[in-house]
Amino acid sequence: MTALLQVETLAKSYAGVHAVKNVSFALSAGEILALIGPNGAGKSTCFNMLNGQIRPDAGSIRIAGENIVGLPPRAVWRRGVGRTFQITATFSSMTVRENVQMALLSYHRRLWAVLGYAGASHRDEADRLLDLVGMLQQAGRPCGELAYGDLKRLELAVALANQPRLLLMDEPTAGMAPKERVELMRLTTDIARRKKIAVLFTEHDMDVVFEHADEVMVLNRGELVTRGTPQQVRADPHVQAIYLGEGLLYDAKHRAEATP
Amino acid sequence: MELLFVQALSGLASAASLFLVASGLSIIFGVTRIVNFAHGAFYMLGAYVAYTLTSRFAGPLGFWGGLLVASLIVAALGALMEMVLLRRIYQAPELFQLLATFGVTLMVQDLVVVIWGADDLLGPRAPGFTGAFSLFGRNIPTYDLLLIALGPAVLGLLWLLFHRTRWGVLVRAATQDRDMVACLGVNQKWLFTSVFALGVFLAALGGALQIPRTTVTHYMDLSIIVEVFVVVVIGGLGSVTGAFVAAVLVSELNALGILALPKISLVAVFLVMAVVLVVRPFGLFGKAERAPRSSAGTSFRPWKPMTSIERIGVALIVALAALLPLFAGNYALSVGSEILVFVLFAASLHFMMTVGGLASFGHAAYFGLGAYGAAFAIKFLGAPMGVALLIGPLFGLAGAVISGWFCVRLSGVYFAMLTLAFAQIIWSVAFQWVEVTGGDNGILGIWPSRWASSPEGFFWLTLAIVAVSVALLRVLVFSPFGFGLRATRDNTLRADAIGIDRKSVQWAAFIVSGTFAGLAGALFAFLKGSVFPETLGIPISVDGLVMVLLGGIETVSGAVVGAIFYKALAIWLMSQTDLSKLVLGAIIVLLVVASPKGIVGFIEQIRHRRPPSPNGAGSSAARADASDALGIAKMKVAE
Repeated sequence: MTALLQVETLAKSYAGVHAVKNVSFALSAGEILALIGPNGAGKSTCFNMLNGQIRPDAGSIRIAGENIVGLPPRAVWRRGVGRTFQITATFSSMTVRENVQMALLSYHRRLWAVLGYAGASHRDEADRLLDLVGMLQQAGRPCGELAYGDLKRLELAVALANQPRLLLMDEPTAGMAPKERVELMRLTTDIARRKKIAVLFTEHDMDVVFEHADEVMVLNRGELVTRGTPQQVRADPHVQAIYLGEGLLYDAKHRAEATP
Repeated sequence: MELLFVQALSGLASAASLFLVASGLSIIFGVTRIVNFAHGAFYMLGAYVAYTLTSRFAGPLGFWGGLLVASLIVAALGALMEMVLLRRIYQAPELFQLLATFGVTLMVQDLVVVIWGADDLLGPRAPGFTGAFSLFGRNIPTYDLLLIALGPAVLGLLWLLFHRTRWGVLVRAATQDRDMVACLGVNQKWLFTSVFALGVFLAALGGALQIPRTTVTHYMDLSIIVEVFVVVVIGGLGSVTGAFVAAVLVSELNALGILALPKISLVAVFLVMAVVLVVRPFGLFGKAERAPRSSAGTSFRPWKPMTSIERIGVALIVALAALLPLFAGNYALSVGSEILVFVLFAASLHFMMTVGGLASFGHAAYFGLGAYGAAFAIKFLGAPMGVALLIGPLFGLAGAVISGWFCVRLSGVYFAMLTLAFAQIIWSVAFQWVEVTGGDNGILGIWPSRWASSPEGFFWLTLAIVAVSVALLRVLVFSPFGFGLRATRDNTLRADAIGIDRKSVQWAAFIVSGTFAGLAGALFAFLKGSVFPETLGIPISVDGLVMVLLGGIETVSGAVVGAIFYKALAIWLMSQTDLSKLVLGAIIVLLVVASPKGIVGFIEQIRHRRPPSPNGAGSSAARADASDALGIAKMKVAE
């Protein structure tokens, strides 16, 4: 079976500094993969190359076999890649529902329609997506006045509007309260498993990473250090040295949680 | 060859003043993010005050001291304006500071006439620099040599100021990230005021230094401000070195262009600017502008289509307007038609400005193209009015297709400046291509067909066309296309990430806007019966901007109200007082301070201040608030 996302020898450098070098990995449908690493490891660069925001210097990115290198983000999106941003990106002059409707209008290729009220189109579909992320009750609110955690949930709904095959989430729970983090990630993984969506996310919260990822990939100084199950990665002394530190905190806490 | 050299020297001398004014504007923009339209006014004030002082106090000390004191006085005025006016509106949408400073410019224009009279004034020569020396058989004023040396000297002093003093370091830091500087405990208020005072000082000095070279006139502000904008944009906003290089470049282009290509000398500078902006979107020495941090709590009220009651209300108002010919005279009807024409013009600009976030400073280009298109149709094709009213908008459309393609590659102030450049290029063509356009004499005899030739008939025709056009634009705002356009304005990153092609959408909006502006221009040509290059001029563009901003930038149709208010007020004031600009400027300034959201934004604010009834329309937001507060809105975890 060919992987949904196949990245090969991806590289990008800025003014001689190798932000990402020789990164290769694959991701299959329904798989949830976390990308972790210290600050400056190249996670964001990697992400921005995957959705077309940055053009890699070398390497290939294949989605279901098609190389998407050189395509702008909007074309990558048309190939079934949804994404959320580290700092939420939403349309602040629109309501919550209109944000989702906007994505749906684009998905249904109605961007160039000049007649009809956009606020009335795809309303049910938008509400279904909002319901899915628990935002239906706030559908009529101006997006500009939402709390940060709600903005993150709205972004997820927007990212799901094009029935994505691959979901890219850049620090999906940054800036959220601990309880919200768990809920958002549980929600995401649940949707992903049911709809067979592959998820790639970066995250600094190791609780989130080890709890929700099927596998974890570690990036350091632009290079892929290791990939494995959460248990394997957590136990890897090299990973502990470069990123996790002693890692005992999590283990201790986890054990305490397991045996209340 | 000799002539070329002598011209080049004269160009360098002109560059000095241009550099002073431009560096001042650049420094002010860098720190405060204000595009100070009043900069030309301060330049002019510098010249006038210096004229008064140097005429009163003779001798070298009187002259040089006079220049310096004049600049200091004007700088103090600038600081006063910053403290009294600008400090109140730093939080307003960015274009509002431009509107406020424009209001001040209008006031100053009338004030200098009141104080110094309308005649051109000739100041004293500079003591010690009254002579000329001969080069290649041509006389070069020694004062020019002084100016040539002065430019680099001021550049050096500014460099020292910004790199060797604590204040200068703070200014440079604030130019990069003013929020961070504020966090470091720097008193931003006084930093802004001092920067503003320095910038105005440089502008005033630039003006004062001109008095031995040229006469002091009360329209020198507008001529310099456009040139200064061009210099600053070519050099890169916020860069003093860039301002210097660009000032030299622009002055030399002006000086040598007249020799080399007299036909296109007026266009040359704008062509260069267009090329620079397309190749380097942030100017020669400018850096990519970081997106402003969206200040917390900026909450737009999401736009909603009109309710049926509101629609009936609007229909009633249009019907009432249609009754105007029954009791109004011919003069009132022609004023009415003119206001309607500008309603359409403002609405077309409003579409790209507020829905698309594309503030055009050269929207008169498409208005004027429409007017000329209609005139050509009558003059060269002998077409009837109906056909001319179609050809006019097509001209606007064609112009917008070409310039829009370039402009949507830029954003913010740079976008605005490129639109200005295109407008000036088209104006120059109309002005200089005498065989076709009649140049300054314009095209006369553009009269409506007989069925619309009476003032009543023309008013009804205009009302019908404008009402339908504004309605169409409104439909477009709420259509999927309008939503997509708004999406590109709100968040480019997100728009791109959900498949919206920003450039295409904005280009299309630009074309729509240009076409409707062209229609307004075509109507204007028939209203006036003639077309002149002024229809393409900067004052028309600025009028459009003011109408949109007065109406309210965050509203769907504020431009309509803004246009009616501004145009009616301007026409009425003109008939009542000689100081119409003073009054108009003061009203604009007051309105900006009183309601940065514009007239319609202000009305909406009052309307929404009332707590909505629980079952009334538009209360869903309030309900959501309530449910949130109660903690009802919990995330649903799908099982």
